[in-house]
Amino acid sequence: MTPEEIPHLPRGVRLHYDRVREDWVLLAPERAVRLDPVGHAILSRVDGASSLGQIAGDLADTFNAPLEDVTRDSAEFLDGLAERRFLEVS
Amino acid sequence: MANPPIAMLAELTHRCPLSCPYCSNPIELTARETELRTEDWVSVFQQAADLGVLQLHLSGGEPASRRDLEELVTAARDAGLYTNLITSGIGLTEKRLAALDAAGLDHIQLSLQGTDAEMADRIGGYKGGYDRKMQVSKWIAAIGFPLTLNFVMHRGNMHQLPRAIELAQEMGARRIEVATVQFHGWAMLNRGALMPDRAQAREASRIVAEARAALKGRLVIDYVPADYHADYPKTCMGGWASTGLNVAPDGLVLPCHAAQTIKTLSFDNVRDRPLAEIWHDGAAFNAFRGTDWMQEPCRSCERKTIDFGGCRCQAMAIAGDPAATDPVCIKSPHHDRMRALAEDFSGQSEAELTWRVMEKSSS
Repeated sequence: MTPEEIPHLPRGVRLHYDRVREDWVLLAPERAVRLDPVGHAILSRVDGASSLGQIAGDLADTFNAPLEDVTRDSAEFLDGLAERRFLEVS
Repeated sequence: MANPPIAMLAELTHRCPLSCPYCSNPIELTARETELRTEDWVSVFQQAADLGVLQLHLSGGEPASRRDLEELVTAARDAGLYTNLITSGIGLTEKRLAALDAAGLDHIQLSLQGTDAEMADRIGGYKGGYDRKMQVSKWIAAIGFPLTLNFVMHRGNMHQLPRAIELAQEMGARRIEVATVQFHGWAMLNRGALMPDRAQAREASRIVAEARAALKGRLVIDYVPADYHADYPKTCMGGWASTGLNVAPDGLVLPCHAAQTIKTLSFDNVRDRPLAEIWHDGAAFNAFRGTDWMQEPCRSCERKTIDFGGCRCQAMAIAGDPAATDPVCIKSPHHDRMRALAEDFSGQSEAELTWRVMEKSSS
């Protein structure tokens, strides 16, 4: 994924707060993926309008982290989801 | 206390227009009169969500045979459950699909008995079923439901696997499950007609591996191999009573589809006992939970928390002891017999299919 591309969650994939385990999960067809705080921080910024570059910029500001690292890590995480058809890119 | 379950399979009914000879329902089917009522299921869904279930699979029989399906989907979504419909497509109309869409249905898993009408209608025992399914798949795509195609594979239709993978793409499915028949329920009556041979099983694995590489990022392929030919058992249910539970049409709560074949177990009913209590304290759930129940060779095996000794129902069926090592395992004292059974069944080229039948209810 490149910084210009805009990721979005397709129909049937959604963030869900698991109130029993007090944790965030990504619910998808016949799968529930437990999210660590980093995964949740990235996905909660995936709104179908923001590009990867904008998402990474916001994360870098919020967590005071180097933009280059954040962009690379976010792209890797989102690419992994796209490979499993949990995420689409436009 | 046990971890809460992630998934619940709600077998809404055993009624079904198809009569597939490998149906996972028990041989003794539940009659319509004893099915849970709408309000019972609504309560079960709420209890499941409170217990920690995230994924709800609405199955059967054919769940579309329940006239209250739309209402049940609404209730499941209201409870906060990710709601999946497991269907043959028969009984779904364009209008019903629109209503299921409005009710918030998350995902559809469509079964495929064969890749042409001749095969599919023969296996399903329902003329016109294949054409109807293709029509339903178009309505599903038009609405935009995420779709998984479930190709149930056996000796008679394994050669259609490449076409099944193409069909999934043509239907716009994100996933295909390539599921070799597991021998429980009605399939136990049809081992001679359905068991693939070793070479076929190997060829299917090769096709899946190749397709996975070629279709990476486009089509996700989940694969259930032919376990009679394997060296190690499947991790059945992710370990007994660890991640999932089934509720039968009459409200019995089962650790898996086939658990009733273990006659020493007793099961609770959601009509009598809260779901959380059944999960945590029910005798059937605690019977094989964790690893304490294991015998040798499982007890000292380094794989015991990988496959949890395999399938309890298969241990029952082949070794006659539900606490034995799944005879698929090369360490099982029954493994040689299992291998011989697989050879024998897969060679029965003259074996006839026995289709599922439901006794007509007395009312």
